Amino acid sequence: MKFVDEFRDPQKAQILLQEIEGLVKRIPVCRDRPIWIMEVCGGHTHTIFRYGLNKMLPKEVEFIHGPGCPVCVLPRGRVDDCIALAERDGVMMTTFGDAMRVTGSKKNLLQAKAEGADVRMVYSPLDALNLARMNPDKEVVFFGLGFETTMPSTALTLLQAKQEGINNFSIFCNHITIIPTIKAILDSPDLQLDGFLGPGHVSMVIGTEPYSFIARYYRKPITIAGFEPLDILQSVWMVLKQLAEGRCEVENQYTRIVPPDGNTQALQAIQTVFELREFFEWRGLGSIDHSGVRVREEFSAFDAERKFPLPNLKIADPTSCQCGEVLKGVIKPSQCKVFGTACTPQNPLGALMVSTEGACAAYYNYGWIPEEDLHPARSLV
Amino acid sequence: MCLGIPGQIVEISNVEHKLAIVNVGGVRREVNIACIVDEEHSPVSCVGDWVLIHVGFAMSRIDEKEAKRTLELLTEMGEVQTEIQAMRQSNTS
Ligand code: SF4
Repeated sequence: MKFVDEFRDPQKAQILLQEIEGLVKRIPVCRDRPIWIMEVCGGHTHTIFRYGLNKMLPKEVEFIHGPGCPVCVLPRGRVDDCIALAERDGVMMTTFGDAMRVTGSKKNLLQAKAEGADVRMVYSPLDALNLARMNPDKEVVFFGLGFETTMPSTALTLLQAKQEGINNFSIFCNHITIIPTIKAILDSPDLQLDGFLGPGHVSMVIGTEPYSFIARYYRKPITIAGFEPLDILQSVWMVLKQLAEGRCEVENQYTRIVPPDGNTQALQAIQTVFELREFFEWRGLGSIDHSGVRVREEFSAFDAERKFPLPNLKIADPTSCQCGEVLKGVIKPSQCKVFGTACTPQNPLGALMVSTEGACAAYYNYGWIPEEDLHPARSLV
Repeated sequence: MCLGIPGQIVEISNVEHKLAIVNVGGVRREVNIACIVDEEHSPVSCVGDWVLIHVGFAMSRIDEKEAKRTLELLTEMGEVQTEIQAMRQSNTS
């Protein structure tokens, strides 16, 4: 438990860990198998590995790393479409740094840029809009992605473009929505879960009410969690307490950021600009009903999908990739056949290696690879 | 992108478009504050407020103590540097 010293409040962490030990003994399933708690958000995955929380908790508690990194779950076909757009004459493609490194079936946006496409890394969609203002002779496309956390920023930028009549600006929308995704995970037959840590910043936008079906219909506890190591320990404690007491509720550990009703202005912007797609393709998970949004028809002039022809091909993941199994928690990242060999953060084969919030990159960067996973043969001697 | 970064609003740059200048770890940057203004909080009244910023949008008000704690933690995790670098490198020219 030496890493606890790194915490801002090591004493509090020690107490929480002790309480967690106590709770674990009171949960009946623990006698046969570990308790599986999924952290839905990539930010949580990052903190868990950065601080080695998985090593600190009793062995009866296991984290299953959810699909909460929007860059990681972008399917190859969508990346290919984006590259095709970027390579069109007169188009300037703009996006976040992480998104430039996700590969499609042949290359990523960085490579397309090296080959001559006009691709710009931006910090904010506002910067993309600025580029459109300054380059009236270019068609500026913003490659928008993310869950509800970043959806309002894309929506408000589009509304701004419309208000100002900046007609050379459009959005290639790849935003995804959290609730149908969690539902798909809960419905997945090969996945067993005991509870969830809910995403903090998505919930800052949507509030806590949308999660109530998890407690009501699926009878699983969920705690909306902050991103500090102590936040996560406390949230795990809250989930375990529910399990020990036989409750399943939506609890909010991150009250300092997450209001129960979410952010009204942000929700309104999302509602105005976007509508649900019938389905959206995910890397590793396949198609999930209603899991993505598209720009509403009334804003079609700002929708790159309607403005430009797209190849729109469905491309299967490479066969050696096991991202889907990792995303569903069926295997650990280090159990993937190409982990650390054909697939590294420098040369990511699968999407989970790309962003620092991806489970495989976190495993790789922080070296939390159990010995027996690294050298399976060794455990036999 | 998903963690966000705390900053302090130092001036309102465009009331109509709800834009403000924030100070993020010593770097000044224009952000949109539409999500944190309403009848009770006019844009002008936001000056001095600490906010959590996601991709150039202030998404939530936070208290100063919380902001400083979060900044410390993000610095430790290397996230502040990454975020500020992204702001600086944002290729708008
Ligand atoms: S190691 Fe690479 S290919 Fe394997 S699951 Fe992780 S990201 Fe996917």
